[in-house]
Amino acid sequence: MHYYEKQYDVIVVGAGHAGCEAALAAARMGCSALLLTINLDAVALMSCNPAIGGLAKGHLVREIDALGGEMGKNIDATGIQFRILNTRKGPAVRASRAQADKQQYRLRMKTVLERQPNLDLKQGEVTALVVEQGVVTGVETKVGLRFSGATVVITTGTFMRGLIHVGLTNYPGGRAGDLPSIGLSDQLRDLGFRVGRLKTGTPARLDGSSINFSLLEPQQGDDPPAPFSFSNRVIEQSQVPCHIAYTNERSHDIIRAGLDRSPLYSGIIQGVGPRYCPSIEDKVVRFPEKIRHQSFIEPEGRDTVEVYPSGLSTSLPVDVQIAFYRSIVGLERVEIMRPAYAIEYDYVDPIQIHASLETKLIANLYHAGQINGTSGYEEAAGQGLMAGINAALRSRGREPLVLRRDEAYIGVMIDDLVTLGTTEPYRMFTSRAEYRLLLREDNADLRLREHGHRVGLLAEKEYEEFMVKQEHIATELARLKSTKILPSDISPATVEAYGLHDLQNAVTFEELLRRPEVTYEDLARIDPDFAGVPREVREQAEIQVKYRGYIERQQLEVERSIKMEGTKLPVEIDYDAISGLTGEVREKLKVHRPDTLGQAGRIPGMTPAALAVISLTLKARGGA
Amino acid sequence: MYHEDTIAAISTPPGEGGIGIVRVSGPDVPELAAQLIRLSGSGGLQSHRFSYGTLVDPATGDVVDEVMAVLMRAPRSYTREDLLEIQCHGGYLLVQRVLETVLRQGVRLAEPGEFTKRAFLNGRIDLVQAEAVIDLIRGKSDAALALAQHQREGLLSGKLEEIRSRLAFARALVEAHIDFPEDDIDSASMKQIRVAVASALTDVSLLLDGFSAGRVLREGVSVLIAGKPNVGKSSLLNTLLREKRAIVTAIPGTTRDLIEEIVNIKGLPVRLVDTAGIRETSDPVEWEGVRLARERLATADLVLFLLDGSRDWDEDDELIRGELTGRPCIVLRNKADLPQASSCTVTMDTLADLRISTRTGEGVDELLNAIHRIFIGGEAIDSREYVALSRVRHRDALQECCSRLEQFLQNVDSGGELELLAIDLRDALSSLGKVTGETTTDEVLDLIFSSFCIGK
Repeated sequence: MHYYEKQYDVIVVGAGHAGCEAALAAARMGCSALLLTINLDAVALMSCNPAIGGLAKGHLVREIDALGGEMGKNIDATGIQFRILNTRKGPAVRASRAQADKQQYRLRMKTVLERQPNLDLKQGEVTALVVEQGVVTGVETKVGLRFSGATVVITTGTFMRGLIHVGLTNYPGGRAGDLPSIGLSDQLRDLGFRVGRLKTGTPARLDGSSINFSLLEPQQGDDPPAPFSFSNRVIEQSQVPCHIAYTNERSHDIIRAGLDRSPLYSGIIQGVGPRYCPSIEDKVVRFPEKIRHQSFIEPEGRDTVEVYPSGLSTSLPVDVQIAFYRSIVGLERVEIMRPAYAIEYDYVDPIQIHASLETKLIANLYHAGQINGTSGYEEAAGQGLMAGINAALRSRGREPLVLRRDEAYIGVMIDDLVTLGTTEPYRMFTSRAEYRLLLREDNADLRLREHGHRVGLLAEKEYEEFMVKQEHIATELARLKSTKILPSDISPATVEAYGLHDLQNAVTFEELLRRPEVTYEDLARIDPDFAGVPREVREQAEIQVKYRGYIERQQLEVERSIKMEGTKLPVEIDYDAISGLTGEVREKLKVHRPDTLGQAGRIPGMTPAALAVISLTLKARGGA
Repeated sequence: MYHEDTIAAISTPPGEGGIGIVRVSGPDVPELAAQLIRLSGSGGLQSHRFSYGTLVDPATGDVVDEVMAVLMRAPRSYTREDLLEIQCHGGYLLVQRVLETVLRQGVRLAEPGEFTKRAFLNGRIDLVQAEAVIDLIRGKSDAALALAQHQREGLLSGKLEEIRSRLAFARALVEAHIDFPEDDIDSASMKQIRVAVASALTDVSLLLDGFSAGRVLREGVSVLIAGKPNVGKSSLLNTLLREKRAIVTAIPGTTRDLIEEIVNIKGLPVRLVDTAGIRETSDPVEWEGVRLARERLATADLVLFLLDGSRDWDEDDELIRGELTGRPCIVLRNKADLPQASSCTVTMDTLADLRISTRTGEGVDELLNAIHRIFIGGEAIDSREYVALSRVRHRDALQECCSRLEQFLQNVDSGGELELLAIDLRDALSSLGKVTGETTTDEVLDLIFSSFCIGK
């Protein structure tokens, strides 16, 4: 074993979407960081669909960006189609989504990593953690190199004991074309972690030049495209369309005929797959009454013929795949360039980590991404960012940053994971957030920039811009409140247009704006002073005025819950020594070991009485 | 101060005591006192001075009762907060009415042991007493929980659970269209969802009507007498009425086959329901009576399963036993004064198994004690309040649910955004959850994934 001479503050294992954010965050916070990956040509590779964002995921990206992460900027620079989803369903469920040029995406991220001061990017497979008396102090690689670091973040993705399935054939691999990571999960098991098995899958990549796109329905991006990053104003590059294709009864017959060679239905695959992202054979079996399934044919990049048929992942044998894809209208002569496959991999039960993402068993060790049972680039990046921030803070002897459920989807996600654990790949949905109206894409900066600045991640220039915006919004809200107009001063045409006949006395512009049919542009028409307000300021003022009732209701709920969130439960707390807890509750507390009283309250089966008992015991002991 | 809202509860054991005390603690107390208590003399309540006056409902100006009131300004009070004690005439209904008047002013019903908890948190009680506080809270909560559980098995459960699952499905439909805009799922049939929610609202409103505090208190808990014909059901009813000589009201049977009477058992209003004898029959008139009896079996808070101890166990008994599976019941072997049949054994889960003679009165006291113990939890624990209070909580929860559903319908009709509709449904479900148990995100997601083919 050769001991590498450098002493790092933060070592990140794995350079996927979690690892990149973790390493960048640590280095940007001034820590010396090392990023290790099995394959330097696969940094930030999009292993599955060539897209970033979507419902709740777009929210995560905006939050990552608000805190000072890279994902938003990376997709803004390399996206080839941008859309806002759910534009008419309410302000909080609007979400950004973009198609990426897969190769450009990874290349740009690699460049950003390379240019980042304090950060070393190296190829190497980590085979073991160095652990001394319950504290991690470094990692060892396959080629016999030992790196020492004050903290270690592991982001193994699908690589830990990865097993690839195509039909009844299977072989070890971390991703098609990449080696698996062997050894690490055994060590984690030995250290006392509960390691489980999950499964995911990806469709074939098809040769677009063999597809008759004239038979498919095109779907264009938004014009103008809206950027993800709060730091970007416009998207310069041109956009390309996606296309919509549909399976048919014949496709389904082909699938059914191939089920006897499905590793999923023959019981070879043991890992649990995601319900929200089922394979096509799953869809056909579970929804036999559906006569067609939709697929977006997404380009993998600007300069490649490869396309990704979304929703059509499968682990059926290659001959079935060929027949199946060719049964789709427009794809009659399609050539498969990379076959579809399923992959099983190891994850570590996330109730074994703190909300800071540090493991409860080994100090200074952080888990992020699929190792925690999540799926999705954005979920991974969100955790990676937090793990990087918290590892950096730890190396500086500072308190961790834990986002609350009312502050960020990142907070909801991590709290869900560490409190409830997961038995299937966890994906973010907006319905998981109880304060959804507060967690909007548009206000991610208002929620999180301050945190990003406080931990030292956010660039100074970005923070200053944010301060200006915040000031501007406050001024604008005050102006709306104080500007009044008499009904007689409103032109008859305007009265007619907005149905203002019922106005009797002077009204404030705020009151006008609260009317569902009145927009900010309308105000500008009534009073030219309100023209020329920047879009992002207008948007905030409008949302905050229009949805005030609902927003305030949710804020009230947040206030009620915040006391419990703030009550920390000491690590050394002995639940056996607290009288007045039922056996069942006691066992749950011992397994979960919640960090706060609020977290304890979300453990299924916890009773209000038990919470009162714990809080009183704490008070009694602490004398607080 | 640890807490800042104002709470109230009855602090005397319920029953036919001489006086009842309602205790109110928190920052709003001085203002509340001024609103609620009309003094005979001039000037307001003075701290730590007893004053005579009347309790007035501020909304109507009606006098609720003559009271003695004492205001204790912080920190010289049990909780170290501003505290008001209202002493009114004893009696189950009256004390409840005083409490309800206080609660209507925006005061929250105290959690089990909450006064003591506040006293502790505000430093009124020293650390040595902490364990006792904990035990107290646990004891009270467990009693409350047991009771809530009990009620859940009764009248409310089936109906509420059914409403809850309908609303959960409505929410799943809405959420599916929010979270999966790119999936090929059938377009949101707002009309269909509206109909479902409107019918749920009607059902909740109906429940609420039957739930108005006064009626619940008048009606009390329902105890149903069941048995095959001629085991002495009517005699038992008469015996219980005669023994207590405390009939509150006599409600004529809703049909000629159901007799309902209210008795007061140690302060607990109990609605006794006598039913037609249950047996297989082909007589249409009798059949209707049997049907009604069976229906009521499912909704009673407690069933007295009456057997003729002098006769052998037969298939009619067996039929009733089957109906009672999983229901809270007491087995009563009547005709204890006659020679007992050896085959009259019964294997079922019962809360008590008693011998009784409606002719001699043997075993009647034991029965009354058993009923009281089951609902009140016996001993000196003042968990008694929960019989009525947990119902107040339930009613509040249903009211909250109603107003959220109304808001939902209003939003649908004015073309409100899907997101707001989802919030209305979520809030309605979470109000309902206080009675039925929470609707978790996982359940909603399960509904989505089992109803729609999701996955792009």
